[in-house]
Amino acid sequence: MTQRQKRLLKMDRICKAFSGVQVLSDVGFDLYSGEVHVLAGENGAGKSTLIKILGGVYDDFTGQIHLGSEPVRFKSVNEAFAKGISIIHQELSLVGPMSVAENIFLGREKTRGLWLDKTLMAKHARRHLANLGLDLDVSRPVADYPLGIQQMIEICKGSGTFFRQAKDGSDPLRIIAMDEPTSALTEPEVEKLFGIIEKLKNQGCGIIYITHKMEEIYRLADRITVLRDGRHIATAAAAGLDKDKLIQWMVGRELNQQFPRHLAKTGEVRLEVRNFCIHGSGGKTGRRSVDNVSFRVRAGEILGIAGLAGSGRSQLLGGIFGTYGKSVTGRIKIDGKQFKPVCPKKAVKAGIALLTNDRKETGLVMEMNIVQNTTLASLSGFSPGGWLRPKRETAAAAKQAQSLQLKAASLDQPVESLSGGNQQKVVIAKWIQTDPAILLLDEPTRGVDVGAKHEIYRLMNTWSKKGIAIVLITSEMPELLAMSDRIIVMHRGRITAEFSRDSATQEKILAAAMGEKVPA
Amino acid sequence: MIYEHAQSKTRIVRWLYSPTARALGALAVVFVLGIIFNADGAFLNWLTHRDMLRAVSVYGILACGMTLVIITGGIDLSVGSILALTAVSFSLLTIHRGISAPLAIVLCLFIGAACGAGSGLLIARFSIQPFIATLAMMVFARGLGKLISGGQKISTAVQIPDGSYSYVEAPQIFTFLNSKVAGDNISVVTLVFLVCLIISWILLTKLRPGRYIYAIGGNEAAARLSGVPVSAVKTLAYGLSGLFCAIAGICQASQELQGDPEAGIAYELSAIAMVVIGGTSLRGGRGGIWLTLLGVLTIGYLEKILSINAVGEDKRLMLTGAIIIAAVLFQKTRK
Repeated sequence: MTQRQKRLLKMDRICKAFSGVQVLSDVGFDLYSGEVHVLAGENGAGKSTLIKILGGVYDDFTGQIHLGSEPVRFKSVNEAFAKGISIIHQELSLVGPMSVAENIFLGREKTRGLWLDKTLMAKHARRHLANLGLDLDVSRPVADYPLGIQQMIEICKGSGTFFRQAKDGSDPLRIIAMDEPTSALTEPEVEKLFGIIEKLKNQGCGIIYITHKMEEIYRLADRITVLRDGRHIATAAAAGLDKDKLIQWMVGRELNQQFPRHLAKTGEVRLEVRNFCIHGSGGKTGRRSVDNVSFRVRAGEILGIAGLAGSGRSQLLGGIFGTYGKSVTGRIKIDGKQFKPVCPKKAVKAGIALLTNDRKETGLVMEMNIVQNTTLASLSGFSPGGWLRPKRETAAAAKQAQSLQLKAASLDQPVESLSGGNQQKVVIAKWIQTDPAILLLDEPTRGVDVGAKHEIYRLMNTWSKKGIAIVLITSEMPELLAMSDRIIVMHRGRITAEFSRDSATQEKILAAAMGEKVPA
Repeated sequence: MIYEHAQSKTRIVRWLYSPTARALGALAVVFVLGIIFNADGAFLNWLTHRDMLRAVSVYGILACGMTLVIITGGIDLSVGSILALTAVSFSLLTIHRGISAPLAIVLCLFIGAACGAGSGLLIARFSIQPFIATLAMMVFARGLGKLISGGQKISTAVQIPDGSYSYVEAPQIFTFLNSKVAGDNISVVTLVFLVCLIISWILLTKLRPGRYIYAIGGNEAAARLSGVPVSAVKTLAYGLSGLFCAIAGICQASQELQGDPEAGIAYELSAIAMVVIGGTSLRGGRGGIWLTLLGVLTIGYLEKILSINAVGEDKRLMLTGAIIIAAVLFQKTRK
């Protein structure tokens, strides 16, 4: 870092508690212009809370914030925004039915007198999106676009304003905080985002970047600050910082191996899928989101499925699980027996478990406690004759919690009060409790910290040793390469390549995922 | 198991923030008001409480079913109309047709449950919004009640062939349901309400479908993907709501000694208010039947206190509206 860079932000001795639980204690943090400062740490370390304090989301904290040399204390998001601070939150804050342009200008609409200046907003929105390399119809509802695009719109909402204000010559947006912005993005989208970050950096912006992905940290960071359990552990320049050291800071212990895949002995074919199709709204002649897919998974095998957003791989798992009802064709055999995927209930009965890629939306019942979530998919076994047996449920959940190393104050705790990694473990507990023959994992480590990731890998090994057939979808290439015994690649609903564990490389997979012909 | 976040609050402090404590608090405030404005000791007399309980029982029975439906994340606007339909049916069957009470009760319960399950099926199978489906059922059941009653109140005045009316004796079941037991200290309808509460409590906390009701209200997509039979459970919840309407309708007919096709208008709003004041969330997934009891008692006592203090209906309604908001705001204040 050169001396010419000026300090944009200094946060000093920040403390914050949620209903008596201390989430930040005496955390300090600073940011210079033209710098990407990565905030790293496990889930629940307090990273998101810290930037929410900066962005004016929470105003009941102690400690000082200085912007330049001016002490500030924001009472609202708009106050922070007016001072040039923009936060891109982990959870999308888009209003689905509203148009792209309306979303980008939500809360800071352009007006002419009392009237909304829709033309101007549409024009600006298009320009901001173009800056991100996106060409969208800004009058269409946000909900019409896939999750990856929505995330880009969210980013545009936060950062797009920068370009406009800089042009006006008025006080430009100086600080952008991004909370795991790439968790739902595909490779090319991530590349675009990194391009934007570079651009912002060169224009003197300071960027706070929260991520769990090791390669992103090293790719982007100028400096790294590690938080653990709400405390500041270390701040260091990224160049020359040892990876193992960083992980050790984050988890407070050493992780000797990042991906501990132990190959299990594979057995009989447990899942066989032949000529599987999911038909779109056009009926059997319409576009197929999954088109003529066939594959097999053996007992103890982990089959990885690679593909970009829109490749149909999540739909494939959903289709096998019965979420598409009658709009699927093809044959599925489980342990040699025919299976018709008409509804999730039948699939659970047949021994399939689907860990979806969104635990909040489709995995957990947030209001219910750990026990109730754990037994939800296997409740018949805990309620002979319809009467619930709470003691048996608790015993089973305690056993799962033990083997999954779930961290919680009590099993009666509602899952909404758990951190992301622990929530994910509850979803996993729910499915392991059904004693599945086939485990379909869609992004099992999304939004999960390093320590929990490691444990999930360890569990995958245990399951495969037990003879469970596992299908794994993950957007993290190193994870896919390390954990899969075999990898198939999907592009536009079709399988475009298959690789053995040894022949697979990142480059080949990416090429196949983009629809190129690749020799195995 | 590894423990994280040491508990900084004791059990008691946490309990004080629970919905139960808040609902109890609201009830306590109303109760204290009653003791202060006791209308020359009227509030301190058990008979006042007995009458209050009698007056809220029919609403309370409706609120039991409403609680189930609201926890699934839905709403049932048809309860007042189904109440009228079954009250009319019950009077017709027992007074005019002379059908034995047990058979008439079974038939009415069936009618109520069928109406409720009807809305449930529309909601579960055809994905019609609960508000719309039960609104339609509300109008339909009201019409059906008027059709079978000819738009007339079905009372003990029976028209004889020459066109004049003669009064018949009310069937025993009417007098029984309208009587008081335990040395005149408690009304039979209040006991019926109590039974409904217990049934709902067992369903919600002890039985598998009850767990599923909470799961669906909390996160329907997650419940479906966990193999929960969502359609069946929703149909059950609305069907039970209809069943409770029938029970309420039978009680109402007995209390009024007639089946009135215009009965129960706006009862759905009272039932919803009671559930919400108790602290059950309209967004679904949270709440419970004892909370609903607290809500029922809060509204019941409030109305009673206002009426024994001779506050006119106009002011009573306005005050009730204000208190609903106060109670809900009181429940919302967290931290």
